Amino acid sequence: MNVLAYLIPVSLVLGGLGLLAFWWTLRSDQYDDPEGDSARILRDDYDDYPAETPQSRPKD
Amino acid sequence: MTATDFHNGPSACPGCDATAMATSRAAGTAQDGDRTTTLSLPSIHCAACISTVERGLLAVPGVSSVRVNLTRKRAVVHAAPTVAEDALTSALAALGYDAQLLDEATLTAGQSDTAARDLLMRLGVAGFAMMNVMLLSVAVWSGASDATRDLFHWVSAAIALPTILFSSKPFYVNAWRALRVARLNMDVPITLAIFLAAGMSLFEVAHSGDHAYFDAALSLTFFLLAGRYLDQRTRTVARSAATELAALEAPTALLLDDDTPKTVPVDELSVGDLVLVRPGARMPVDGEIVSGASELDRAFLTGESDPVSAAVGDPVRAGEVNLTGPLHVRVSAVGADTMLHALADLVAVAEEAKSRYNSLADRAAGIYAPAVHLLAFAAFVMWLYLTGGDIRYALNIAVATLIITCPCALGLAVPAVSTVASGALFRHGMLVKHATALERLAEVDAVVFDKTGTLTLGAPELLHGDTIPDLDMALAAKLALASEHPRSRAIAQAAARRTLPEVEVTEIRETPGFGISGQWQGQRVALGRADWVGAEGSGTMLNVEGRGSVAFDFEDALRPGVEPLLQTLEKQGLPVTILSGDTEAHVKRFAGALGLSNWHAGVLPEQKADILTEMAQSGRKVLMVGDGLNDTAALALAHVSIAPASALDAARVAADMVLVAPDVSRIGDAVRIARSARRRILENFGVAACYNAVAIPFAFLGFATPLTAAIAMSTSSIIVSLNALRTR
Repeated sequence: MNVLAYLIPVSLVLGGLGLLAFWWTLRSDQYDDPEGDSARILRDDYDDYPAETPQSRPKD
Repeated sequence: MTATDFHNGPSACPGCDATAMATSRAAGTAQDGDRTTTLSLPSIHCAACISTVERGLLAVPGVSSVRVNLTRKRAVVHAAPTVAEDALTSALAALGYDAQLLDEATLTAGQSDTAARDLLMRLGVAGFAMMNVMLLSVAVWSGASDATRDLFHWVSAAIALPTILFSSKPFYVNAWRALRVARLNMDVPITLAIFLAAGMSLFEVAHSGDHAYFDAALSLTFFLLAGRYLDQRTRTVARSAATELAALEAPTALLLDDDTPKTVPVDELSVGDLVLVRPGARMPVDGEIVSGASELDRAFLTGESDPVSAAVGDPVRAGEVNLTGPLHVRVSAVGADTMLHALADLVAVAEEAKSRYNSLADRAAGIYAPAVHLLAFAAFVMWLYLTGGDIRYALNIAVATLIITCPCALGLAVPAVSTVASGALFRHGMLVKHATALERLAEVDAVVFDKTGTLTLGAPELLHGDTIPDLDMALAAKLALASEHPRSRAIAQAAARRTLPEVEVTEIRETPGFGISGQWQGQRVALGRADWVGAEGSGTMLNVEGRGSVAFDFEDALRPGVEPLLQTLEKQGLPVTILSGDTEAHVKRFAGALGLSNWHAGVLPEQKADILTEMAQSGRKVLMVGDGLNDTAALALAHVSIAPASALDAARVAADMVLVAPDVSRIGDAVRIARSARRRILENFGVAACYNAVAIPFAFLGFATPLTAAIAMSTSSIIVSLNALRTR
């Protein structure tokens, strides 16, 4: 039964990570335009090079 | 914490940190000092539209970033202050998209995104906690015992208790609000069930009991929050769309101070001010014409489709549209004193009547809440008696009864259906403004239409244009091109469809309120009012010196979809009546062409309201469709009402639904969807009732365990949600 000592915290941490990810998506307005987002994935505008946004600029 | 913390890019403007994240994902990069403009794009619908609009707007010099929101059919544009807003709309018009500027102030004032987001966060936390506790519960149900079970129960308690405090806040706050004024609402049994379950479970765990209902309390919270969130989102979408309509027409006037017109908000005008009303503009206030001559379109106020001429000394009313010449108007009444607002009292009375409408959910809750409490209490008393005073056991059964009967399915039954139905209506171009509008629409058994602007476009169309000789048509078209008058435009349009001889007309001059004249081969040609051009008869005439005159007849153009709509309504068994303020001749011709026998012409606004009241008193549930000020009272009095998006502000406010699509046949679809939604809601109530009929005796007799509660609750919620998806 000692395995419970690991497994319970592990399951809680994993669940917590999911919750944190959800919190991040919520804070970053990812549910603002569900229809637009599902349409945008089909565009080929940025297939060759990424859009020039602050987020997609090279990090280094 | 604001969204800006997530990226290092420059925020578009200091005032809109909330939208900064969206901006950073936009096409292009926002520059400091840019101005934010919001455009409404009612016609976008696909990925290609997004690309076209974003690329098209970025091509306008000075625009630094564009982000299209397809869900809301809007585009947010960041551009240098030097970029004219007209440049943006005309760039889009060139691409084939209608775009309208939205008033930023009106938009932000009506935003309730935060409430929906707050609910979503609580829902997410409840979902996380529910899954984790369920995981531990499954272990207990499969046979964990003694110390292991107690450990699992304690861990469950540690997750469940804070979650319940956080996630069920919307319920206990609402329940408390109701209890404080000594009322019961749906939230009272919910709160009681959640808190009793949690408290009872905690007590059991502390005493190493067998059963803990943490998972049940959490799934209850989760499912009910889901229902609440759907409800909120549906209303937010409708409300933001409604504020968007309001933002479309920023109420301004051109104040004439030292002869230079200055744009001021209508609120700032006072009686005695002089305002300039340009051709094509709407009268912002009531007043009197002090200089200029023109023609006025009174369709919004009276339903008349023919323009009326206006000259110095004539009174004008807010809402009339100036057609030809610029007018200087001395303000005689502003704001609440204008004709436009005179009907506001009637509307307010009717609004109150509508808010008293008892929705299906309310009626269900009214029966449900006391029943659940009585049952749980009866279970408690019965088991107290049977066990000879074992409070703990009796309370356990009472809590089980409360949990198992708790309105999971009931809480989802209505919101799930109305979300699906509102979504379907939105795709059909209809906005549901009022919470109970769908239910009321489903009950409708008669339809009343206004004519001008509702079944017709409110724009004239040339009648029998083909019988006019080529030369006359060519001359008329040449003259018509010089004017913005709706009839001139109709002539120009009709001429463009024909091949006409080239004619040269010089010295073209428009005489506001009368017509247009010019010189052709040394002769005077004039197009305009019969008496002005020098011809016999009435209406619009073309007179060519030495050639005689030709009459141009006009008819109000039909809105697209009128005929299919009437067919659909007939199939649905809804009798149609037309109430129009227009002249008898016009209405008769119109009704005859459509095969309608039930029409009233020359109806005054008060008469419209009276007819509606009469119909209601004879037990009819009337759907009123209208767009003008003369319809406002009738719209408010009808059982349910629809206004087209082109309607006057007051009419849109009074209506329960707004038809955004130009095609009126969507009204037939709306009735069908509403009826289907009502059926689904009733079915869902049936499912909930069946479920309770089985579950209550179970719980009452003490056979309910946390496992059966979890299974029963989830199944009924899933059945209800799936059934909602059948709404179409």
